[in-house]
Amino acid sequence: MQIYVCVKHVPDSAANIHILDENRIDEDVAFLLNPYDEHAVTEAVKIREQFPGSEIIAVTVGKADAESTLRSAMAMGADRGIIVIADEGWDALVMARALAAAIREDGSPGIILTGKESIDAEGMQTQFRLGALLDMPVVTNASQLIIEKGRARVTCELSGGMTRTFEAVLPCVVAAGRGLNTPGYPTLPSIMKSRKKPVKEIVLNRLGLNPSVSSTKVVRLSPVTRTRSPEPITGSPAEIAGKIIKIIKKEGGLA
Amino acid sequence: MNIGILIEMEAGQVKGANFGMIAMAGKQVDADLFALVLDGVDDGVSKSLAFHGIDVIADICLPQDSGIKLNPDIRARAVAAAAEELGLDMLFGLSTALGKDLIPRVAALADAPLIMDCLDVDPAAKTARTSQYSGKVLADIQVVKGFSVFGIRPNAVSPSPAPGQTQTIVIDCTSLAPAGLTLVSWDQGTVSGDQPSLSEADIILAGGRGVRGKENFELLFDCAKIINAAVGASRAAVDENWISYAHQVGQTGEKVSPSVYLALGISGSVQHFAGMRTSGTIIAVNTDENAAMMANADYQVNADLFEILPELIRQLGIGTKIT
Repeated sequence: MQIYVCVKHVPDSAANIHILDENRIDEDVAFLLNPYDEHAVTEAVKIREQFPGSEIIAVTVGKADAESTLRSAMAMGADRGIIVIADEGWDALVMARALAAAIREDGSPGIILTGKESIDAEGMQTQFRLGALLDMPVVTNASQLIIEKGRARVTCELSGGMTRTFEAVLPCVVAAGRGLNTPGYPTLPSIMKSRKKPVKEIVLNRLGLNPSVSSTKVVRLSPVTRTRSPEPITGSPAEIAGKIIKIIKKEGGLA
Repeated sequence: MNIGILIEMEAGQVKGANFGMIAMAGKQVDADLFALVLDGVDDGVSKSLAFHGIDVIADICLPQDSGIKLNPDIRARAVAAAAEELGLDMLFGLSTALGKDLIPRVAALADAPLIMDCLDVDPAAKTARTSQYSGKVLADIQVVKGFSVFGIRPNAVSPSPAPGQTQTIVIDCTSLAPAGLTLVSWDQGTVSGDQPSLSEADIILAGGRGVRGKENFELLFDCAKIINAAVGASRAAVDENWISYAHQVGQTGEKVSPSVYLALGISGSVQHFAGMRTSGTIIAVNTDENAAMMANADYQVNADLFEILPELIRQLGIGTKIT
């Protein structure tokens, strides 16, 4: 089975984000494999163990330096990588089209895995667009995945501990949630080995994508600068509790 | 301009969080507001929607079988069909757990632009404000043209009643049948139904490492029950197994915007702030006055939460009725 894993090269969540020209970020920060995509790669490795002879292909869209994220995915177990080189100006609609076209051109997926969202754009949509473009069922925020008899049985987490279990006909798209597995740190030998694994480069406009009717554009980025100036609440525990209740009543609409 | 609002229901009623979303669409005064209801329209539902300014209620009828009716693929196909039939220019839906598995499906089916977790939408400018980069950046994103879809963060905007007349039309989607995706089972989970969900609660009491144990979280639940608050937690508390992942607030948990966020014994990591930065008023209680949460709160209490929390429960128990 060919297992495709869509991964994204994103700034580390601990990085300080600086905004340039009001509409882009200073990319001179540490980038890494999107954390939710780590769960997707880890799950792909489990599926390959279940179906020996399977191949895991990590796919990404980004600038040339996104190759380091493909190498991370390969250090975690992917066999090879595909990078669609795209400079600025692509949105979620283009991204999904590029991933779908790159996969379609490369092989025939038994399953496509990805993370439920990226921590940079937080768009929460690539899995669904891939499903629509490739005519495959989609499940998101997966916390358990079992493959048997040509179907994927997937349990998904909702909030408040609610879960839903789906059966999807293969090939399907599964977006990993945090509960799916525990990604391990790659070992040094696997990191060394990942450097020699093959990576195919495709330039975006070579894919000949059909443009979507519409698109989105970032008009303005602004730092979240709401600086709160903390006001101390002091007194005895009873006095403090009384003051907190007053604030909750006023701001929280408590009668 | 036709704006559709996908209504999320709970126990046959319109959830409170929908009304703020309707108010957001209602800023566009010349727009016709269509409520899209998938779970049945009764008198109570149409009255509450009319009270908040909905012009037309689209009662979308789905197949009776609950496994089919609750299947997000079926629901998305019904909504996409209704959006086309009604000639919608925009569709709003709540970025709740259910919404995150429904709204993007509609956008994908329609191949329409989508912006999730919006804090605000300006329909005239076709621009939405959302947070990016772990809540560190506010992004204003414009949709270039055509039908577009917006996921709205619950509580981002307050309701603004606009009573008026409404009419109901029926859209028949009863012949939809599952294709590649079947809903096999669903489980209501461990969080009791009388608690507001994290993403929609007006008040959240959240505990971190300072809560120091599973049994101590019971104190938070006791207090939350009195004031109809939800209980949240930092990743540290969840990783210690003091409370389930369903309660986690932050980068890898729920992103919330309550009116009041009471942070008890939470140091305030970057990842935690990513989930609650947009809260209205933040009150931090911590024994460490240098904790990041203390510096980024509106009110700081440099005290032991185990002295404050029992006192809160005592005073609330005496003086407050549940609203």
